[in-house]
Amino acid sequence: MAKASITFEDINVTVSAPAGTRVIEISEKVGSGITYGCREGDCGTCIMKVTEGWNNLAEPSVLEDKVLRENMAGKHNRLACQAQVLGGTIKVRPV
Amino acid sequence: MSKPPVLSIDGVPQAVTLSERVHWIGALDPSLRTFDIILKTANGTSYNAYVVRGSEGVAVIDTVKENFADDFFARLESVARYDEIKVIVLNHLEPDHTGALPELMRRAPQAQLYISQKAQSMLKALLKQDAFDFTPVFTGDNVSLGDRTLTFFHTPYLHWPDTQCTYLVEEKTLFSGDVFGCHFCDARLFNDEVGDFRFSFEYYYAHIMRPFKEYVNRALVLIEPLLPLNKILPAHGPLLRDQPQRYVQRYRELSTAALQSEISAGEKTLLIFYISSYGNTRRMAEAIYEGAMAVEHVRVSLYDLEGSEIAPFVDLIEGADGILFGTPTINGDAVKPVWDLLSSLAVINLKSKLGGVFGSYGWTGEGVKMVEDRLRGLKLRVPIPGIRIKLIPTEEEIEICREFGHEMAQDLMGLRQPKVIDMADLA
Repeated sequence: MAKASITFEDINVTVSAPAGTRVIEISEKVGSGITYGCREGDCGTCIMKVTEGWNNLAEPSVLEDKVLRENMAGKHNRLACQAQVLGGTIKVRPV
Repeated sequence: MSKPPVLSIDGVPQAVTLSERVHWIGALDPSLRTFDIILKTANGTSYNAYVVRGSEGVAVIDTVKENFADDFFARLESVARYDEIKVIVLNHLEPDHTGALPELMRRAPQAQLYISQKAQSMLKALLKQDAFDFTPVFTGDNVSLGDRTLTFFHTPYLHWPDTQCTYLVEEKTLFSGDVFGCHFCDARLFNDEVGDFRFSFEYYYAHIMRPFKEYVNRALVLIEPLLPLNKILPAHGPLLRDQPQRYVQRYRELSTAALQSEISAGEKTLLIFYISSYGNTRRMAEAIYEGAMAVEHVRVSLYDLEGSEIAPFVDLIEGADGILFGTPTINGDAVKPVWDLLSSLAVINLKSKLGGVFGSYGWTGEGVKMVEDRLRGLKLRVPIPGIRIKLIPTEEEIEICREFGHEMAQDLMGLRQPKVIDMADLA
């Protein structure tokens, strides 16, 4: 199975995870400072900064784009509860 | 003292004049005792709404709770016609201020709705309609009523995510939404005429604004430059026309630590709370304390939950960088004093604090995992899996506890070594 390597920069932990895994599933287990509210892409609590490997995450859905916009998210921000890793190297941190 | 405002004539609610162009058109709810489940009020509350008249149209700022809509509309009709309403501003979309909105939109279909950027999806959920027109606004955006101008300030999380304040430039009047408000009902309306409401102002801040202190301070950066203000007109409680700056100053004080902390800037604080029936969880706590103490620049403190009321612990946790909980498991659950503390933390900001759990158990030991899940739910980060020890800890297990404390303290200081983990190895 294809794997991605995702680094949580705030805690210096890198996890090798199967493609398709959502960032939330990994970050909660390793205790990254990315925090969660509704966990279903609505509230915008889990906005994270993608510092590397933007294209190694599945593209945001129309709904995720809308929530990012409404929360005035910056460039390179994603919702950790929605973003799925695809492969390669990804680096993220809390905003 | 001036005469109390006339709120109704022959039983018909009347608007109250605040200036030549500004009227109060809210409603009093003296029988309310519990607000939003979490707040008590001994004399009810008010839902304050306002009308601003410009040379080119009228603005309505906020509405009232749905069952008070009749008062609101009667007061509105006493000072404006529906076809004059050009602008409706909602400073946040909580139902106690938007209850009359659908009917107002029906009566004044030409009016344009102004809400904050963050309110857009909420508005859809509130109105249960797909197609309606509104203008999302942000700090610095203006709407002109001819010779009167409304300017918006984005003040998120005070106390809803979409909160904004609206400023009437020409009259130096701030419509502050729930900011500077309180649940206090008094028909004399004005802060220099009502009964002593200071307790209510403080209580409201403590329960509604305290979790968002950081956002209060950011909002004050926008509001303080407006001082001196003529009036602050909040969405609940007395209208602040007498020395409104005092209330702004009080928010600044309440959002700033009272006594300066003795912890220096480079240090981190780690609190270890425990409760123990036979001394086993206590021994674990002491070993974790020893381990954490070995890390420089971490100020570690150990507290027995049996030794205090909850409120001082809540204050302690608010100022801490990391919090560890030691709980036994009794009848398949963590113990009540732990849950009591954990259910009292909604009034403070916990986001991204470090958390961890440990505990001794006799039969099953689920308590540790349950509390870990709760900590994550409270938005703490839990980087190291908790430790569960069956009954009396051995010397090896005590060493594991020391190591746990050491690692937690290192994590706080950012000293943990970079780690590479396979997802399959994560618990």
